[in-house]
Amino acid sequence: MQKDKSYIDTSKAVINIRDLYKSFGDLHVLRGVDLDVYKGENVVVLGRSGTGKSVLIKIISGLLMPDKGKVNVLGKDIDKLDHKELMALRLKIGFSFQNSALYDSMTIRENLEFPLVRHVKNLSRGEVNKEVESVLDSVGLSQTINQMPSELSGGQKKRIGIARTLILKPEIMLYDEPTAGLDPITSIEINELINEVQDRYHTSSIIITHDLTCAKITGDRIAMLFDGQFLRVGTFEEVFDTDEERVRSFYDYNFTE
Amino acid sequence: MSKPYVISKKADTFFYGIYDAILFIGRFFKEAVQPPYEFHEIVRQCYEVGYRSLPLISLTGFITGIVFTKQSRPSLVEFGAASWLPSLVAIAIVRALAPLITALISAGRVGSSIGAELGSMRVTEQIDAMEVSAVNPFKFLVVSRVLATTITIPILMLYCALVAMLGAFLNVSQNEETNFVAFWESAFDQITFLDVWASVIKAIVFGFTIGIIGCYKGYYASKGTEGVGKAANSSVVLSMFLIFIEEVIIVQIANSIRGY
Repeated sequence: MQKDKSYIDTSKAVINIRDLYKSFGDLHVLRGVDLDVYKGENVVVLGRSGTGKSVLIKIISGLLMPDKGKVNVLGKDIDKLDHKELMALRLKIGFSFQNSALYDSMTIRENLEFPLVRHVKNLSRGEVNKEVESVLDSVGLSQTINQMPSELSGGQKKRIGIARTLILKPEIMLYDEPTAGLDPITSIEINELINEVQDRYHTSSIIITHDLTCAKITGDRIAMLFDGQFLRVGTFEEVFDTDEERVRSFYDYNFTE
Repeated sequence: MSKPYVISKKADTFFYGIYDAILFIGRFFKEAVQPPYEFHEIVRQCYEVGYRSLPLISLTGFITGIVFTKQSRPSLVEFGAASWLPSLVAIAIVRALAPLITALISAGRVGSSIGAELGSMRVTEQIDAMEVSAVNPFKFLVVSRVLATTITIPILMLYCALVAMLGAFLNVSQNEETNFVAFWESAFDQITFLDVWASVIKAIVFGFTIGIIGCYKGYYASKGTEGVGKAANSSVVLSMFLIFIEEVIIVQIANSIRGY
């Protein structure tokens, strides 16, 4: 059944990327990337490993700076922000890492509290607990609150990683390979969680993946990255309804693997 | 085309490394004085560095006190100066042994642990995760750890000196007729205020060195688990190397103040 996604506003781009270049030494990773992400939509950036997908979202979050080109996030050019402005912008961006990146010396409760108590002032202990329990409940892992990250499965870690970003109520979500290393059932659960986050919080998201199932389930639009440039951008059907050899071989490999 | 080297690959890497380390130290002082302050994390790190080092420092200090006294006795007895033993041992422990033992043990235990912990956080993207959640990882991880080692290692040094003197007393009391008060008075007869201060300052410098080197190596670790191992290892090696250099310099300064 097609879900109601009336909250997607295609007149308002929350991320606007133009002519983006990024190199590491002699390695030219991004070579003239253009992309718009509209309010409330999920855009999947699809491509093989090493094509610069993760570099793209690291630039959007300000972890890396572009060599050339414009990256505008929520109306701010990322390379023109000072440290304070960048920190303020980051509060509106949630980043879910490939390996979850949970703080392994802290319990799940402490992981979730960590950004909250530093950015939302004057919260009482009860309010902090309520926020933590609520966000943990939204990813279906209330029972793990006092566990250490090392005690959780890969799928649970991914969910907690997403919960940690949701606690600050971001406007933009960046998912780096959300289904990498997970079994098919857990992958589907994570894909559903990404859609739930979109429906519940109306976030605009970029999902980096090489998993076509993930792309098909979560993506309102797909942008296929190849050799540092977007080869095709559109809905899943639009992107793969082509005889272009590189796109076909990616599709065939994924579904015959 | 790859960039040409200014001198050579090795020399460039060495000088860029020194430049980076100076920037890192400069950033530490800048971040340390700017709010917000991570008091809770500083206290937690003081506990990790200080309290958890107590068993090892106690054992090493105590044994050093006993062994040093045992080894020094025959020479002093030969010159008929056995009564000088408490003073000699106290001077050696307060001026040299306690700061060095504490610093070397801490470099091994604390320096490697900081290097490995931060290195592991770097390669598993935990530091990036802090950064994207708008938390300053430098302040939370580096400033708190360096302050903890700088505050705690001088305290550990004083504790180590005390335990080593107890070890010395144990050995002296087994061989000569003396009591605790007489031993203590004799031991501290030759110790001056400058001796104690020089050692405390030495321990502060050693503590800062151990913290900043461990953090620097860990914070910039790369290349996966191999990088974590290298960060831990090079934290210990470089800290120890710098501790010996600093020891020579501070002793030189203290001696020139004493007029030696």
